[in-house]
Amino acid sequence: MKTIYHFIIKELLQVKRDKKMLAIIFMAPILQLIFLGYAANMDVNIVHTTIFDQDKTETSRNFIRQLVETGYFKIDYNANSYEEITDLLNEGKTLVAIIIPKDFEKKIIRRETTPLQTIFEGSDASKASMALGYIQGVTTRFSQNLITETKDKLGMKISLSGSLTPEVRVWYNPEMKSRIFMVPGILGLVLMISTISLMSMAVVREREIGTMEQLIVTPIKKYQLLLGKLIPFTMIGFVILVIVMILMTQWFGIIIRGNRLFLLFSAFLFILSNLGIGLLISTVSKTQQQAMMASVFAVMMPMIYLSGFAFPIENMPKFFQYITYAIPLRYFITIIRGVVLKGIGITSLWSEVLILFGMGVSILILSAMRFSKKIE
Amino acid sequence: MLNRIIAIAKKELKQLSRDTRMLFIIFFFPVVLLIIFGYAINFDVKHIKIAVYDRDKSDYTREYVNGLISSEYFDLITYVQDESEIKRLLDEKIVQAVVVFPNDLSRKLLSKQEVKVQYLIDGVDGTTASAIQNYVNAATYSYSIKLTKEYLAVTGKNSYVPIDLQPRFWFNPELQSTKFLIPGLMGMILIVTAVISISLSIVREKERGTIEQINVSPLSSFEFILGKTIPYIFISLINATIVLVAGYILFGIVIQGSLFLLLFGTLTFLFAALGLGIFISTVADSQQVAFQAANVTSLLPSFMLSGFIFPIETMPAAIQALTNVTPAKFYVVILRAILLRGAGISAFWDQLIYLGIFGTVFITLAIIVDKRSKGKQ
Repeated sequence: MKTIYHFIIKELLQVKRDKKMLAIIFMAPILQLIFLGYAANMDVNIVHTTIFDQDKTETSRNFIRQLVETGYFKIDYNANSYEEITDLLNEGKTLVAIIIPKDFEKKIIRRETTPLQTIFEGSDASKASMALGYIQGVTTRFSQNLITETKDKLGMKISLSGSLTPEVRVWYNPEMKSRIFMVPGILGLVLMISTISLMSMAVVREREIGTMEQLIVTPIKKYQLLLGKLIPFTMIGFVILVIVMILMTQWFGIIIRGNRLFLLFSAFLFILSNLGIGLLISTVSKTQQQAMMASVFAVMMPMIYLSGFAFPIENMPKFFQYITYAIPLRYFITIIRGVVLKGIGITSLWSEVLILFGMGVSILILSAMRFSKKIE
Repeated sequence: MLNRIIAIAKKELKQLSRDTRMLFIIFFFPVVLLIIFGYAINFDVKHIKIAVYDRDKSDYTREYVNGLISSEYFDLITYVQDESEIKRLLDEKIVQAVVVFPNDLSRKLLSKQEVKVQYLIDGVDGTTASAIQNYVNAATYSYSIKLTKEYLAVTGKNSYVPIDLQPRFWFNPELQSTKFLIPGLMGMILIVTAVISISLSIVREKERGTIEQINVSPLSSFEFILGKTIPYIFISLINATIVLVAGYILFGIVIQGSLFLLLFGTLTFLFAALGLGIFISTVADSQQVAFQAANVTSLLPSFMLSGFIFPIETMPAAIQALTNVTPAKFYVVILRAILLRGAGISAFWDQLIYLGIFGTVFITLAIIVDKRSKGKQ
């Protein structure tokens, strides 16, 4: 026990003495959470639109008005020729060009079908299809009104048949803002990156610098050495966790609807599984460079992409969905979003917590087995 | 002078080629990431899990629901019998949306009135929620139009489709998100390899003490750094080629623009990225610090501030200004222009200049810091 204690003190002293390291360990999560919290915004709420109105009638203006009234469309340009549209699209200045044909109103009055051409700058597929969705919404509503309503001889509106209209209510995040969804996710990311990258260096560093040899000749046992490495990093991880939690609630003003203690506890389990992964990398690698490349390319980047942080897991093919089950960040993100946004707790999230716990323990055991107190 | 630079570069290359594990990671995992991007990452919202709370239980509602689930956009998970179940279904993410039909739906429809179909959507993920909102709007209106047509046909009035929407997508007709994401992924892979590997390889010499041997040799720090950098430029170029070839083989992504411009743009980007790496290496004393610093400056920023996934124009002004600290941002613009649109240098010459400035600033800073620390010794 005493040995472990001294070892922990030694590790903490080492971190404390390295001022640059100390600064970067704690500043990095803070800066990243703040800046990225503002940056992570996927709201496609502005569709930069160009209108080429060849009809210039009341009906066409009415249609444009209905587009603008949705609040999604910002009409940046009124084009007068196809060449203009081509240029705007080529230079990426507009997302969509809507071309209203010359006899738009005439055809509608004659109850004939009128084409409506829309050209999208499609490089960003998701943005383009979202914009198409908004346009479809406007045109179908516009069409519906044209079909179901007609005017009698006095110009009064009469309806020809019954109709259905959707009434959408959005729960948990009524304004559908990304920030409240993203910031908890970034908290998970930042926590993962700092703990894995710290831990992945821990053992291999001693090997590379040569201090491992000294440790090997001291009467310290393997498990003591491992605990002596793990405990200080768990402590550091926990301090980082508390800092980023405070930042999330105080700086971004995100209210945690659920139980804070439950969230802290799950985050603690999450840190443990990350440290396990880090330790595993550290025991497998021969040099610090290897450890870093492995943790960035083989561990952190795939985990970031597959965790459901930015890309919804439900949209992935089944094969990749199964892979995501092996990623601790996935469970933590489900937990933190559930607790923060929905206010749910252990009754709904017990399985995620259990899996995180199981993962943490098994990875730690695995890496402890890999770890040998020998010179290779 | 040239001899000495080549000697250092040779030594570095030898060291690198001996470390097969490291080379495996550098060359193999970018392909894995590419596969993840190509197959797993998808913004298309499909198979939305829905529950139905049908208080009308009429032919209309049955037909409506059939229409929903016969498309690939909606999967019916369950019917709700009681209002209290709705909360649990949404809370536990069992469904993403609940449709509620009012009990007077068919009565109102028959008396030519407007009926509201209510949707409750899980808004936790705002992007998915607004896509769902789009789909339910479209589904409801098109069913409504169908009803009207049938009704008008029965009463002998002719019905018609007023507007025929004809969407066309330029540059990416199949709306593949992979095409858009690959430039970002390439930028991210290159910057991480460049910044991390160059800063570590210099700091490693400091940490192991071999830098002292170099200091006493007739090698100037300029020659040393240049010699160190050349192998990593090669590695990064090979990396870029691997990603492009894999992108072509796996996803049929063809380079639309000029290869020469692509090479030139990539080299300018590497100049900037390596400049950042060299700067980090002069500040950091240990690989640990260098790694953390490289992470902070390249990993997440190139992912989140480069316009790779999150559009820069929707960021607050201060953050928009901040995006300029990541060279990946400029590179992504260049790559998208060359790869997707086949645009010429006129579309991105300004980005090249930014990258040049970026690299020069950081290398100058590195020289200043280096001189000061040498002065102290």
